[in-house]
Amino acid sequence: MLAESVKSFAKEQLAPKIEHLDEIEGFNDAAFRKLGDLGLLGITVAEEDGGAGMGAVAATIAMEEMAAVDASTTLSYLAHSILCVNQIGRNGSKEQKQKYLPKLISGEHIGGMGMSEPGAGSDALGMLTRAEKQANGAYKINGSKTWITNGPNGDIFYCYAKTGPTKKDLSTFIIEKDMVGFSKGKKFKKMGMRASPTGELWFTDVMVPEANRVGEENSSVKSMMRNLDIERITIAGLSLGIARNCIEVATQYSKERKQFGKHIGAFQQVQERLTEAAAWYEACRAITYQAAKTWDLGLMQGKEASMMAAKAKLQAAQMATQVGLDAIQILGGYGYTREFPVERQMRDAKLIEIGAGTNEVLRLVIARQMLGEIADELK
Amino acid sequence: MFVLTEEQLAVKEAAREFAQSELKPGVIARDSKMEYPKEQVRKMAELGFLGMMVKPENGGGGMDTLSYVLAMEEISKVDNSCSVIMSVNNSLVCWGLEKFGTADQKAKYLSKLATGEWIGAFCLSEPEAGSDATSQRTTAVDMGDHYVLNGTKNWITNGGTSKLHIVIAQTNPEKKHRGINAFLVETSWDGVVIGGKEDKLGIRSSDTHTIMYTDVKVPKENRIGEDGFGFKFAMQVLSGGRIGIAAQALGIAAGALELAVAYSKEREAFGKPISQHQAIAFKLADMATDIEAARLMVYRAAWMKDQGLNFDSASAMAKLMASSVAMKHTVEAVQIHGGYGFVKEYHVERLMRDAKITQIYEGTSEVQKIVISRGVLNGELYIPMPIETNTH
Repeated sequence: MLAESVKSFAKEQLAPKIEHLDEIEGFNDAAFRKLGDLGLLGITVAEEDGGAGMGAVAATIAMEEMAAVDASTTLSYLAHSILCVNQIGRNGSKEQKQKYLPKLISGEHIGGMGMSEPGAGSDALGMLTRAEKQANGAYKINGSKTWITNGPNGDIFYCYAKTGPTKKDLSTFIIEKDMVGFSKGKKFKKMGMRASPTGELWFTDVMVPEANRVGEENSSVKSMMRNLDIERITIAGLSLGIARNCIEVATQYSKERKQFGKHIGAFQQVQERLTEAAAWYEACRAITYQAAKTWDLGLMQGKEASMMAAKAKLQAAQMATQVGLDAIQILGGYGYTREFPVERQMRDAKLIEIGAGTNEVLRLVIARQMLGEIADELK
Repeated sequence: MFVLTEEQLAVKEAAREFAQSELKPGVIARDSKMEYPKEQVRKMAELGFLGMMVKPENGGGGMDTLSYVLAMEEISKVDNSCSVIMSVNNSLVCWGLEKFGTADQKAKYLSKLATGEWIGAFCLSEPEAGSDATSQRTTAVDMGDHYVLNGTKNWITNGGTSKLHIVIAQTNPEKKHRGINAFLVETSWDGVVIGGKEDKLGIRSSDTHTIMYTDVKVPKENRIGEDGFGFKFAMQVLSGGRIGIAAQALGIAAGALELAVAYSKEREAFGKPISQHQAIAFKLADMATDIEAARLMVYRAAWMKDQGLNFDSASAMAKLMASSVAMKHTVEAVQIHGGYGFVKEYHVERLMRDAKITQIYEGTSEVQKIVISRGVLNGELYIPMPIETNTH
């Protein structure tokens, strides 16, 4: 049901635009707002808060279906619905939810999240952005965030900042784009995900009311990590969608294209690429949905849950890049041109090996759970 | 095995200097805008990079294949649109013409091509004839004193800028690939139409076009070799051309490694340069090892060609290996750069996009395996040369 409605949405609203938007590094604003009408922008938010009341499995299904057509809009959707809206719904106060969720869920506002910094990517806790508590209870924030999906086009940002002396003293603040001292840095020119705007956020003496602090002071590490888990699970769905479409395009092409008097699908080398891709895709699909179901049912906690999410994303992300490259190879010269979607999808796929935790960080997460302190002995 | 001579080192240094100072500054913008590197190609011509292996009496540099490979490698570290323009002109067009052309053909065209006054293109692929080059649909009908050429060619590098095409076409369909000929066709002749420019994943500033030939009258003296020599000609030229593309792939991989090494020393995470983390350091070790292996294979293929040995398997192996290494390790170089690797200004994402074509053009990796497997099955195994015949 959900899959069908997202599929037809993607076909009608995303497919006609994505080629051009990829070319010009644009954004499908109209389609994004329509996601609100479909009730998808608050997919994980409780029904009493105006959301759809669904979970990680549903969000993953939505991402897979959308990404099969347009991974860029899907990435923006993820930043909005999982990184911002899901977090406000999960951790925000009653007042914060009432103030921010309606417009975010309707699509009037676009949301994003601010964690990574120029000097703190994989090492997220190395962030330098600071929030100093003022006499009146408000916070003065200084610093900068980078690689922010929906940065250039977003209205509301769920941002982390240091509020104490140690690496773990993190607090969360809801930032509105019009706050004094808050500005947007450059928009990045990227290899892929080009129809999903990515930029910098700058904080210069931004005064944020205490009412915009989410949760207790210095208590955000846990919720940040927990959110990384659902981010990684659902973004694995994005990789699945990319790979599935590449496999479909390559399979269709192998049935049509003839060389040496035979359909190229008859050549064992092409069969090897197609079958390995299909098998790896199915394996990733299984682990991703298992991780999503585990998340929804709360079957795992803490580092064990993080390991499960990391395993799903590590495999799905690597799989999608490789499947994208193999699809280009099967299509030969045609695959290298923009007449077919596979070159775009391969460019998009690479991002998932970097964003939401690089492959290297995910291996570290898994290693730490498997090996405990031994994993960090060289550090 | 390979110790470079003073001359070879000088070529390598000149190419490096040119690539780093002349090509690097504008390469990102040219790639983004699909802008043909007109000025840069003119400078390559001035520096002699467009006819490196052509004999001096024919207007070229008279250099060996290894020198050409060294120059390709350095230029490909930076700008693969420039290096493919260079590769096609040098190793497909100039080399094919110099080796198989008549004295008159060389007198008329070769020095123009070798000096870069004219740029050449090699027109073999067709919409329905990619890896299967035997099924040529372009026809060249023998009219007695001339041929009439009709058909469409695809994926033609230098398609929009070239003045001379080497066109492969079918003259005697009943003889299948033994009925194919190769022709020298000037683009100013009636009936030559340049089709649309391709919008590509990589090598975006090189001009790749579809070319249509409609009743083009080609003089008999513009046929290369005997009647029916065209397919063999194309295969031999491509065998040499593969060394150029292998060198390009090697340059892409080596360029990505240079960038990754520099970045990993500067970038810090968890309190130390990322080069000090094993996950990164070992990636660099794998990259360096694979690149060294590819480099030796590419240099060996060039050396074998210079020695007059059969280099069909060697060039196919070199291209298969180098292009695979380029693809694998440009993906890793992006990975090492993290978010920075995904944006345009750090160069590695462009190298990754460029790398993919080296597994496709001048014979896909699949076609290289056809060539190599035939060589293997015919017992053409690599035998190390006796010490005294090595350069050192």
